[in-house]
Amino acid sequence: MITIQNYVQAESLEEAYTLNQRKNTRILGGMIWMKMEDTAVGTAVDLCRLGLDTIEETEDQFIIGAMTTLRQLELHPGLNAYTKGAAACAVRDIVGVQLRNMATVGGSVWGRFGFSDVLTLLLSMDTSVELYKGGVIPLEQFSEMKKDRDILVRIRIRKRPGQFVYSAMRNQRTDFPVLTCALSQMDGEYRAVIGARPARAMIIRDEDGLLKDGICEASAEAFASYAAQQAPTGSNSRAGAAYRTQLVHVLTRRGLLKLGGM
Amino acid sequence: MEVKLTLNGKPVTEQVEPDLLLIDFLRAHGCYSVKRGCETSGCGLCTVLMDDRPILSCSVLTVRAGGHSIWTLEGLQQEAEDFVGFIADQGADQCGFCNPGFVMNTIALLRENPDPTDDEIRAYLAGNLCRCSGYDGQLRGIRSYLESRRQKGGSHGAER
Amino acid sequence: MEQKDKEKREQNTPEYKNINRPVRKKDAMQLLLGKPVYMDDITRRDALVVKLLRSPHANAIIKEIDTSIAMKVPGVVAVYTWQDVPGSRYTNAGQTYPEPSPYDRLILDRHVRFVGDAVAIIAAENEKAALRARKLIKVKYEVLEPVLDFRKAKDNPVLVHPEEDWYPPCPVGGDNRRNLVASGVNEDGDVEAVMADCDIVLDRTYHTKAFSQAMMETFRTYTELDAYGRLHVISSTQIIFHCRRILSHALGIPKSRIRVEKPRIGGGFGAKQTAVCEVYPAFVTLQTGRPAKLIYTREESQIAGSPRHEMEIRVRLGADKDGRIRCVDLYTLSNTGAYGEHGPTTVGLSGHKSIPLYTGNLEAYRFGYDVVYTNLQAAGAYRGYGATQGIYALETTVNELAEQLGIDPTRIRDINMVKEGMIMPAYYNEPANACALDRCMEHCRQMFGWDEKYPVRDMGNGKVRAAGVAMAMQGSAISHVDVGSATIKLAEDGSYNLIIGAADMGTGCDTILAQMAAEYMDCDVDNVVVFGADTDVSPYDSGSYASSTTYVTGKAVEKACAQLKEKICTIAAEQMNCDPGEIVFEGKQVRRMNTKETMTLEDIAYKSQSFSTHAAQATASHSSPVSPPPFMVGMVEIELDKETGQVTVLDYMAVVDCGIPINPALARIQAEGGIVQGIGHTLFEDVLYDEKGRPMGSSFMQYRLPTRLDMGKLRVEFERSYEPTGPFGAKSIGEIVINTPAPALTHAIYRATGVWHRELPITPEKIVMANRRKNDEISKGAE
Repeated sequence: MITIQNYVQAESLEEAYTLNQRKNTRILGGMIWMKMEDTAVGTAVDLCRLGLDTIEETEDQFIIGAMTTLRQLELHPGLNAYTKGAAACAVRDIVGVQLRNMATVGGSVWGRFGFSDVLTLLLSMDTSVELYKGGVIPLEQFSEMKKDRDILVRIRIRKRPGQFVYSAMRNQRTDFPVLTCALSQMDGEYRAVIGARPARAMIIRDEDGLLKDGICEASAEAFASYAAQQAPTGSNSRAGAAYRTQLVHVLTRRGLLKLGGM
Repeated sequence: MEVKLTLNGKPVTEQVEPDLLLIDFLRAHGCYSVKRGCETSGCGLCTVLMDDRPILSCSVLTVRAGGHSIWTLEGLQQEAEDFVGFIADQGADQCGFCNPGFVMNTIALLRENPDPTDDEIRAYLAGNLCRCSGYDGQLRGIRSYLESRRQKGGSHGAER
Repeated sequence: MEQKDKEKREQNTPEYKNINRPVRKKDAMQLLLGKPVYMDDITRRDALVVKLLRSPHANAIIKEIDTSIAMKVPGVVAVYTWQDVPGSRYTNAGQTYPEPSPYDRLILDRHVRFVGDAVAIIAAENEKAALRARKLIKVKYEVLEPVLDFRKAKDNPVLVHPEEDWYPPCPVGGDNRRNLVASGVNEDGDVEAVMADCDIVLDRTYHTKAFSQAMMETFRTYTELDAYGRLHVISSTQIIFHCRRILSHALGIPKSRIRVEKPRIGGGFGAKQTAVCEVYPAFVTLQTGRPAKLIYTREESQIAGSPRHEMEIRVRLGADKDGRIRCVDLYTLSNTGAYGEHGPTTVGLSGHKSIPLYTGNLEAYRFGYDVVYTNLQAAGAYRGYGATQGIYALETTVNELAEQLGIDPTRIRDINMVKEGMIMPAYYNEPANACALDRCMEHCRQMFGWDEKYPVRDMGNGKVRAAGVAMAMQGSAISHVDVGSATIKLAEDGSYNLIIGAADMGTGCDTILAQMAAEYMDCDVDNVVVFGADTDVSPYDSGSYASSTTYVTGKAVEKACAQLKEKICTIAAEQMNCDPGEIVFEGKQVRRMNTKETMTLEDIAYKSQSFSTHAAQATASHSSPVSPPPFMVGMVEIELDKETGQVTVLDYMAVVDCGIPINPALARIQAEGGIVQGIGHTLFEDVLYDEKGRPMGSSFMQYRLPTRLDMGKLRVEFERSYEPTGPFGAKSIGEIVINTPAPALTHAIYRATGVWHRELPITPEKIVMANRRKNDEISKGAE
């Protein structure tokens, strides 16, 4: 059971940041995970008054406030038009509508959870995070950083023209995924993002140019094999490493074929 | 600390502990329809509406609900009565423990999408577990409510 | 009589006004509108909060326990340890006395036997204080080696229950010095001779896990002292009377000092047929004199509840090439966990409620079993109660036989299944008085489109569609044991109060018993008010379990109504100055036959309240020497993705013979709910422990229940039979419905992949890895 001594709705990012420099301060996201912890929190800082709960679409990017919910991600017309529905596809099996009305994009990204559908999706796009002190850095870099006491303010997705396909394997429809797989092609750059390995999502790029002549059955198969070699997998209660590696192969190949309109 | 919120249309101001979960606040205020079925945000039994959106009251701090409008089944009896009889006719109420959360989320569904398909119903209510009914009776109940509304000539959600 | 029964069946029972009608549950609107009707809604909010400290070790002796710091937490009222509780052993099993389950428990024991076993009871003014105090109790354990593999439990040098005062009230073949709770064998015919004579013998072993009932309302109990200083218990229980006896044994106080009441129950499925949590708040209330409340968290319900018995079942099936099944030899090893609740009895159903399905050509059978202790969560009663495990094993073996012989699996059942009128040697030689299993099969075959769906269809992209089938049976109450009772009394307005001791746990038994009473009393269901259940008020009832309430308590309702009618006539006769024999009961009134003079029920009721010596009420009990099985056929169509192993259930169709369904809507929901639970157990609900015996499925995040996205389309229909010993020809429905999904899905997965899976659940990973092994073997063979 979590206990909280003080609760503050920050008036500014500076205030939130200052409070967060104390060790027993926590920034609240959707509180889904934090609620289950058995810890004593000194000050819980809520960013709810800072206007960070919107998705703003400009000519060249989506700017997603950290407090935006997964449900907003699921329903945003612009984002889903851009991702061809991959955004909705990535989150729609996460527990239920109620939870997705609460869980925040910022919380998901900050947590850098292994099982994260959101992280997998975002890594397949040209995504950066905006940190209050750390500035704007690529999500890929951020995902490998240790948690510090900075504050995640926004997610920025640059609208590079591209194609996106999302899939995940679950033992039960609304369970944590056994494996997540996002495929993308932006300006000719291919990415396979593999998450829930069960470790955190990683990007696999077409370093060997397997897809340089486009997607066909053979090239999809070749890249899928490559991805299966590149993505280290492990075991947990949901599945073992060998099975996960097979899933990397299958989901990557199928995703690529879909990406190629086949 | 002080929290001010609107509960079922009535303003409430109260001193609460910062870690008091909304579900416990609501039950302490006589909203016994709000049930706890898990501690892991996964069963949907504690569903209430916060500013018209369905949320899990087990995962919200009461202080966070400050300034918002909270509706529980106690405050939406009439809206529920419109359709729950159809679920009763299927016998799908069963033990009833999951019913309030299920009914609340169905209210949210029908407000958002007055004429859902079966698949839309299943998807929207996926976060509401029921161990008794096998779900199909709930679906049949909602379906026959929608049919009866159509037959009455009421356009989608026109009564609201 | 037989002719009449047959007519009734064929005429669709048209003469009934209230039977075979989809009446709304009496409590439906209250439940759907979220009214406060459950334990925590109706009991005092200032009750002491009770929490339990639980053992982190699977097998350990408490060497030291220091509660002094915990007691200093503001708000803490008491902390109790093994030193504070009575020393005589008892069982938590909700069974008729003398219980077949061993007396192997203390309220708190110095020897803790599984991860989650109770170590200390904390009572505090609020939850926060109780939880803080719990962290501050200092315990030193002597950690012992645990017995975690139930296959190695029997005669293991490590004893789960080494204590001298272990006591089995019934001789069931148990021996605590051997980790054995029960053991036995029974047979009919010469099994080895018949096996030797069979064209084909399959020998297969299956493994099923300790699935959780996972009812939405966790275990919970409130206790207080009433106006007489007695212990008043309000608990979410299926077994008020057994619960009273269990508390009396555990606490060492007379039963007259205990009153147990159940409010609405948020689901049970057998979980609440064990007094899992009642004793702890009861002890607190007795010690402190204060109201106390214990509500299990979901985690506690998952790790210290009363789940299914894990079983390993070996089936030897002997048949001839023409598909005649001649011999079944079934051995079950059952894991009862750390305590023996329901251990000796669940195992029996694994044989007795599977083998009789094949009475048709059966020449010999043998059923042997051992039930062992391990240092894992104690098992209990769960819908199906052993039959589910046995049927999964036997039905899967029969499917394999059919596939090997190249006989359609539904047709092989046509020639072997039990049929109406047969005596079932493997079912205590009971006759199948009412059995529509053959019609269920034909009906289901047509409805499902078996002939079209049975062939495997390749859908492209690695996906195939396939179908599977299974049959099932269960019982209706425990023969020669279960007692159901009903009291019915007339009120001034001509309405009736029906008072029962059975427990409606959402199933709707309050309503169907009212339907029966209304039918007998010739009135509307609305005219019958139901109350249940309270040990101070209700007539004795074993409780709601073993598929008994409709069948046994229903019959008690019939008897009580007959008696009440006589009493009504007697009261009227006194007023009309005639012999009661001259009066006929006409529902809203009675009539004196020769004078045509009438008297309304209202007048009779008022008369009974004024200068009357006749109570306008009657109580009757019923018990049955037989336990007529309901029957069922289930068929499933799946789509299986060979590359990912994902199984998507497309259609699940079932036809059930529960005799005459009293309330077809509720019977249908029972079937649908049972099928979906069965789908969960087969495909993803899993019970995992780490190497130290610590449970890994302690929350709904890990133990996944089916959602409405996991079950495909359901379709349930009924084939009626007429059970002469049941009320209005009814048999049971509550348990049988969980039995077909595991074998039917296992069959469909075999059809899709060519691999028989013999362990549940069959996860996508298992499907893929088994396919891979199979392909490796094939390619090795080709080399």
